[in-house]
Amino acid sequence: MKLHEYQAKHIFSRFGIPVPKGKIANTASEAKQIAAELGGKVVIKAQVLVGGRGLAGGIRLAKNPSEAETLSAAILGMEIKGLPVQRVLVDEAASISKELYLGITVDRVLRCPVIIASSTGGVNIEEVAQTTPQKIIKVPIDPLLGMRDYQARELAVGIDLPRDQWRAFIEITRNLWNIYTSQDATLAEINPLVLTKDNTLIALDGKITIDDNALPLHPDLAELRDLDAEVPEEIEARKYGLSYIKLNGSIGCLVNGAGLAMATMDIIKLQGGEPANFLDIGGGASADRVAAALRIILQDKNVKAILINIFGGLTRCDEVARGILTAMGEIKPQVPIVIRLVGTNAEEGLKLLAGSNMSTAETLLEAAEKAVSYARGGEHGDPG
Amino acid sequence: MAILVNQDTRLIVQGITGHEGLFHAGQMLAYGTNILAGVSPGKGGSWEMQEKIPVFDSVKLAVEATGANTSVIFVPARAAPDAIYEAAEAGIGLVVCITEGIPVLEMLRVSAYLQNRKTRLIGPNSPGIISPGIAKVGIIPGHITTRGPIGIISRSGTLTYEVLNALKRSVIGVSTCVGIGGDPIIGNSFIDLLPLYEEDPDTDKIVLIGEIGGSDEERASEYITNNMTKPVVAFIAGRISPPGKRMGHAGAIIEGSSGSAASKIQTLENAGVKVARHPEEVVDLIA
Repeated sequence: MKLHEYQAKHIFSRFGIPVPKGKIANTASEAKQIAAELGGKVVIKAQVLVGGRGLAGGIRLAKNPSEAETLSAAILGMEIKGLPVQRVLVDEAASISKELYLGITVDRVLRCPVIIASSTGGVNIEEVAQTTPQKIIKVPIDPLLGMRDYQARELAVGIDLPRDQWRAFIEITRNLWNIYTSQDATLAEINPLVLTKDNTLIALDGKITIDDNALPLHPDLAELRDLDAEVPEEIEARKYGLSYIKLNGSIGCLVNGAGLAMATMDIIKLQGGEPANFLDIGGGASADRVAAALRIILQDKNVKAILINIFGGLTRCDEVARGILTAMGEIKPQVPIVIRLVGTNAEEGLKLLAGSNMSTAETLLEAAEKAVSYARGGEHGDPG
Repeated sequence: MAILVNQDTRLIVQGITGHEGLFHAGQMLAYGTNILAGVSPGKGGSWEMQEKIPVFDSVKLAVEATGANTSVIFVPARAAPDAIYEAAEAGIGLVVCITEGIPVLEMLRVSAYLQNRKTRLIGPNSPGIISPGIAKVGIIPGHITTRGPIGIISRSGTLTYEVLNALKRSVIGVSTCVGIGGDPIIGNSFIDLLPLYEEDPDTDKIVLIGEIGGSDEERASEYITNNMTKPVVAFIAGRISPPGKRMGHAGAIIEGSSGSAASKIQTLENAGVKVARHPEEVVDLIA
């Protein structure tokens, strides 16, 4: 789960990482008020969970409170990469002498956390890594030992930080490490970490991503979830314990298992169609879960056909078929449906479905072919 | 003799008194797996499975009493890291963790802890291991596969079953199938298991089932180029998955420029691996 910049900065501040004075505003007049309190120049920053806010015009400098109001009004009406801006952060403007990068993430190859620093901050670090890899310093951390100060010093040396800043930099790095471990983050990043003209280090922008698997351990963080920033179908799916991701195609997918769900999307594409979603219904495709999944898929008006692909391992296909029939009776979908049941008791399951107006398929390839043809308005088994 | 799980497997089930643990212990026993004991703290001294399997309070006690060499973990995510440490400490050689939902940071510690120990960890978030016709450890259904010369290593669950089933339909059997788990940090990866298959007289060819996220497939490609003489066929799920989204599995995410299916398929093909376009095509490529 990604946190907003203002949420990340609250955590920074709580853990002793200096951040600019600032407050969150829901309206332009609130922004004006905050700007007046802060006095002088402020930065108005759109709070959306996507990168590239600056380029999209979502970050603007205001010279006085009335300009803060005008700019906030404009930013609060914006959409950035499809996400409406609901809040702006009004921060005291900093006098920047140098922009650095400091972040902690997981290295999946080394199987340990890595702290990354760069003398080039304020830009996409992935791009820096590609264009000027020599400007990226990485220090792997033993997860059993934790970060030691010498490792932060190694980073400071690596990015040519002036010696008088080492102490402050080590403390910031240690505090960021404490955030990373205590909050179960998978990413904790300060970008840019700014050296100001009066020679202090300050976190001008920040990103924290919390490990979804650890959210049950951190109810306070789970509460920070911004439901406005999410697709409504994805929120509803989470309630039912379904894993759903909305895409832009016309074929709804209902599959048990994440890998099989991805493979099903891929084969739809291979057959010339476009999937409308990823949906993993998980183990045991009961009527309740199938019904919930169908409801969620059908909320997407682009869906012109649905492909149900269930592998019965320990779940028996005849049980799944009954679940599907019950769910169909309840939902009465108006789009053609192709069902493929494989594995345990698949024949019995298919027999049960034979009386319905749903089309069945034996192989995955055949199922995808049928779904693609139905989505294009082709012949299908639905007499209604 | 089959790799990892075979006639010598002496299994204990950690979390045997839970719903999942009990059900799958029954399935494993019915398949012919040699289950010697269960572990459930606080329930030591009781018996499960029609009084056939004794329950112990700790792995150590279970190992002392039975000489178990393998463990399978069915405990909830919160207790699972502890269960892994406990099994390793008690000298278990092979630990298979079925549990899904362990935080990454916990797994980083587990992984570091195991680095200098002789315990091999499969999973977490793994469906387990099956050597068809001999024994199974975990939840892979027994009846969807038969014994034969194909080795399988997979990051997935039902997608693996799909391939096992497709192979069986074409009367192709499997030597050992290992589900390595769908999490970003797992015990053994492809490169840890490929050498076992290369040495295994029961295995002629290997199927590798990967997916987006991380670079385990890229590292496997390098290993295959340098070390494998047996043919390898692959399938990679997630060709059209959008970047930045976790596709069900915690480890299935394209981060920045890394972890895309295209990159994995390209490097595998460069290593001489035939990559199937869809799961059923694996059968045509392996035959």
